[in-house]
Amino acid sequence: MSIRDQAYIVGIYEHPTRMAADKSLMQLHAEVAKGALDDAGLTKNDIDGYFCAAGDTPGLGALSAIDYLGLKLRHIDSTDTGGSSYLLQVGHAAEAIALGKCSIALITLAGRPRAEGMATGTAPRSPGVPMPETPFELPYAPATANMYAMAAMRHMHQYGTTSEQLAWVKVAASHHAQYNPHAMLQDVVTVEDVVNSPMIADPLHRLDCCVISDGGGAIIIAKPEIAKSLKRPLVKIRGAGEAPKHQMGGKIDLTYSGAVWSGPPAFAEAGVVPADIKYASIYDSFTITVIMQIEDLGFCEKGQGGKFVSDGNLIAGVGKLPFNTDGGGLCNNHPSNRGGLTKVLEAVRQLRGEAHPKVQVANCDLALAHGTGGSLGTRHAAATVILERE
Amino acid sequence: MAQGQTTAQERKIAAPPINPETQPFFDAAADGRLLYGKCTACGEPHFYPRRHCPYCFSDKVEWQPASGKGTIYTYSVMRRAPVPYCIAYVTLAEGPTMMTNIVDCDLGSVRIGQAVRLVFKPSDGGPPVPMFTPA
Repeated sequence: MSIRDQAYIVGIYEHPTRMAADKSLMQLHAEVAKGALDDAGLTKNDIDGYFCAAGDTPGLGALSAIDYLGLKLRHIDSTDTGGSSYLLQVGHAAEAIALGKCSIALITLAGRPRAEGMATGTAPRSPGVPMPETPFELPYAPATANMYAMAAMRHMHQYGTTSEQLAWVKVAASHHAQYNPHAMLQDVVTVEDVVNSPMIADPLHRLDCCVISDGGGAIIIAKPEIAKSLKRPLVKIRGAGEAPKHQMGGKIDLTYSGAVWSGPPAFAEAGVVPADIKYASIYDSFTITVIMQIEDLGFCEKGQGGKFVSDGNLIAGVGKLPFNTDGGGLCNNHPSNRGGLTKVLEAVRQLRGEAHPKVQVANCDLALAHGTGGSLGTRHAAATVILERE
Repeated sequence: MAQGQTTAQERKIAAPPINPETQPFFDAAADGRLLYGKCTACGEPHFYPRRHCPYCFSDKVEWQPASGKGTIYTYSVMRRAPVPYCIAYVTLAEGPTMMTNIVDCDLGSVRIGQAVRLVFKPSDGGPPVPMFTPA
């Protein structure tokens, strides 16, 4: 049993807002759902499966969201692994469709951390209900930035990765973002701009960090018969993999991510290898995240990620692995502090041939979307999705 | 890199929430001792300590006092904070690696591989918490 060729992405939508002070959270969820339905040529009452992450949907799991949206369903899933949730859910939705548990699945993401003035990356977050690790972590003020920074620091120590190499990830993203009128940051930056930007948490500079934005997005996934009855280009799910990684009782190694475990099953299910991938959406919460995931997915040897991303190798039309052609989290948006869903959206645009002409990859028939949710510095879940244009 | 010294006392340290499972750890901390978990079934030490071994799942886990000696596995100085502070993972001489802060030193001098020793710092309304300073 495999999800390969069992489900298609038939509708996508990315909210154009980056500052949603005038909207409620659920209003954003509804707007992205409507946008994706319009894109697919479907209506709300066609949906019989709903997927969301508990963390950006208020209420008990998905229940309040389902009530608000007025959905009648036969399958629900509110698995939350942070920013990678929506990548897992593409796989979960394909599984549910393959098993006949639903026919048309909707995934939504929305958030307004910018309107709420959240210091997303630098303020330690105190959980409402303590987690088992909280007594052993909270006193030390782990935030998002300093946890990823510790992974970067160790990677630099162990593999000789440099700040300039990290900067190339941001430079590539900015080259793409200049063509995205919705991107928060549309100016092209240089390696010097990145390494000279203020230090946030050593060794990560301000421009090594993703933006804080409002917005959201939605994905609609359908079974083959329905997908083929619609008018949009056919984008098929070929394979998916997911894997958590944690502190392993104190045998801590921050130099790799869960992608070492989520990638191989996804590639195996799809029957392809990294060299076959024409375009990659790689979660870019920070520049180091991209370098580590590229290594762990097998696009280059472990420890060579810094060298791999240098000299524009991630820039569409220039390098070998065009990535995040919407500008990614580093320049475009990071709704609800979660970047997994938008990774799928740009991969679908590339496969449809609907990316901006300046960044559209020629003959893009095979794409990968991958993300890390949680924290590289403590515990996270990696999810990999491989998509094909039919 | 870092300018000047900063110590843990300058930063308000959040109190660790204590539960029945972690009470012995923080009782020991109040006495100036750092405990880790050691499984008597498989022999593996672990951190953070819990009452079931995360490797073999035996419930025959003992509290063991650590020597307080360790080395810095990785670290980062948070600059965007009212008082810059250094978060780190320190590998204990006994094996497990734990999250902590590096304190009482020039934060610009902190390095991976550096030898450190245990100190305790008061938390805000809670028990003292284990931190490390260059040995």
